[in-house]
Amino acid sequence: MSIQQIFNGLQWGSFYALIALGYSMVYSILMLFNFAHGDVFMVGAYIGLFVATAVLGIAASGLLPLPPAVTFVLVLVLTMFLTSFVGMAVERVAYRPLRDAPRASAAITGLMVGIFLETGNLALLGASRRTFPPLIETVTYTLGPITVTNIKILTIVLALLLMLALNLFIQKTKTGMAMRAMSVDYAAVPLMGVPMDRVIVLTFALGSALAGAAGVLFSMTYPVLEPYMGLLIGWKAFVAAILGGRGSILGAVLGGFILGFIEILVAALFVSTLRDLIAYSIVLLILTFRPYGLFGEEYSARLRI
Amino acid sequence: MKGRWARFRRWFQGIPVASWLLGGLAAATVERLVGLVVAYTLGLSGIPSFFGLSLILANPAQIPAVLVYLLVMYALPVYLVARATAAWTARLVTRMSTRTYVFVHVVLLFLVVYFWGELDSYRLLVLRLLAISIILTTSLNLVNGWMGEFSVAVAGFMSVGAYVSSIVMVWGFVDDDVFGPAVFPPTLASLAFPFALGLGGMAAAITALAVAIPSFRTRGDYLAIITLAYVFIVKSAVENMEFIGGPRGFMNQPNVAGFPVVFIWTALALWVIYNYTSSTLGKATSAVRDNESAAEAMTVDTRKVKVVAFLTHAFWSGVAGGLYAHVIGYINPSSFGIVKSAEVLAMLYLGGLSSITGSVLGAVLFQMLSEILRPLQLAKWLVIPVVLIVVMIFRPRGLLGFREMRFPFLQPRPTEEVGYAPASD
Repeated sequence: MSIQQIFNGLQWGSFYALIALGYSMVYSILMLFNFAHGDVFMVGAYIGLFVATAVLGIAASGLLPLPPAVTFVLVLVLTMFLTSFVGMAVERVAYRPLRDAPRASAAITGLMVGIFLETGNLALLGASRRTFPPLIETVTYTLGPITVTNIKILTIVLALLLMLALNLFIQKTKTGMAMRAMSVDYAAVPLMGVPMDRVIVLTFALGSALAGAAGVLFSMTYPVLEPYMGLLIGWKAFVAAILGGRGSILGAVLGGFILGFIEILVAALFVSTLRDLIAYSIVLLILTFRPYGLFGEEYSARLRI
Repeated sequence: MKGRWARFRRWFQGIPVASWLLGGLAAATVERLVGLVVAYTLGLSGIPSFFGLSLILANPAQIPAVLVYLLVMYALPVYLVARATAAWTARLVTRMSTRTYVFVHVVLLFLVVYFWGELDSYRLLVLRLLAISIILTTSLNLVNGWMGEFSVAVAGFMSVGAYVSSIVMVWGFVDDDVFGPAVFPPTLASLAFPFALGLGGMAAAITALAVAIPSFRTRGDYLAIITLAYVFIVKSAVENMEFIGGPRGFMNQPNVAGFPVVFIWTALALWVIYNYTSSTLGKATSAVRDNESAAEAMTVDTRKVKVVAFLTHAFWSGVAGGLYAHVIGYINPSSFGIVKSAEVLAMLYLGGLSSITGSVLGAVLFQMLSEILRPLQLAKWLVIPVVLIVVMIFRPRGLLGFREMRFPFLQPRPTEEVGYAPASD
């Protein structure tokens, strides 16, 4: 395994981790798998595409000549902001009306919202694939046998920064404290005068913003967008969230990186077509010995079915 | 309002189910004899495949013609024959034992559906796929409903069953490039098909064992993840097996899965699962769902109960997969992806948990919805999710969650003599 592969693993791990965080945050407070999250990532990538096209258009027209770095930051922030509304809408439509219903019913509405987003995208934009415009010029650094692009480094660094910011938010702010409290005792928190709905909406917004960021970062490396791009990566990030431990923030991050590494490793050591087979067998094996994930705790006592 | 309903109900009062089925038989015969003529006279392009609903969606101007067709072809013959035979069948039905009662109704149902379906090869195909969906949904209900876990492995089990039974059939009865010439005379294919299906189901159950053993040590959402990984693993494994076509798929399945075969298997599956859920084992399964510790205290071997329910689910899903392979005549790994599981889950939760009639209803509604909305093309997948979300919001437990559908006003009450209700399905 070369250092090259380490970078690839870190990059894919960043994608998985950013998306897995959304699954984990929602799970930790609602005990619910947000099956529409992969498609929120997809919508995020498309929002990124439109924002990028608009910003680049404005920059090119000479009205507001921006350096590429500023353009990129602008696109990223705007996309995260707009994608968070997608998450809030999903919560409002699919999850809030079913908050007291059996959790499996909410899982079905989540799946259906996902299908709706995919098909809606297909209906609105047509079947042709879209290409994400290059925001930053790709520079390849060569250091002995290793070649790394600046985009790869940017992805990894930014993902880590975002995760750090999220952690700060959850640990240091009052709302973050409310989130943590809800993950400990869902029923007691409203009794303390915490506006439950607001906390839940914010959780969805934060998770979706991270998915939006993942969408932009992903499209910068793999610029061809299609409506079903969120399907597989979403399910895999879901597996990553579980692997790390349901509802654990650190677990989601590490689960994402571990899954990314396992996949890259398997592809490097064996035939790449065996990637899913071996990677998921390893996941299955890990979960056999650690049923609650690597960093998860046993919740069974307070499962709300 | 209530009075009007009562009058409306009186029209149907006392007509036993058997009479309605006889009416259906009459309607199917009428359609067979004069359906085409009537359709042409009304200006339709042919016999409407599924009650003309897709015709209406394609061209709303056809609504009157379709309505007249439905009235003349279905509503009138069904009602008239049902009314006319009501007294006679009621007398007959009350004398039957439960076993004969169910048998007669199943045979009648088969005749109606087959007679109606055979007129149109597209109808027949959809009916067969519908029957397969019914098996899948009911068997998944065993785990997600009666057992109270959340499994998404149904596509994986289907895949295993489909491939194993296809391999057996192609190896045995078809001259194939990979598996060589037929080992047995191809005329015997239909006889061997049940064994191939059974083998497929068994293979699915054996792979399910690998999932079941680690899964049932813990409760909660663990099974959801394990089964998800299982679907990925099966798909990837099949893609890497070159001798069965890998990602290109596998075809050449002999044409042995006609409607009667599929119907018999569906009836068998429903019968087995119905008996399973009303057996001690089934009751124990529900007990584990409601309170595992209490069940354990009542000497229920919770681990065994869970494994048996899960393996039964796997077996029937495998059988359904085998049927699917032979109905379509072509399978590839992507037809058994997570999307297939999501579809069956949607059918299940639409119909409702822990309910056999609910599963049947869910499968029928979902499949029909997706056939009827076909003219909408892409928008179909915008409408179906919205319908399901609305149903879930207003009926979070599904249409028939935790109860069975009964039509007391259709029964001429044979139940009092026998002492217990006959199966309504």
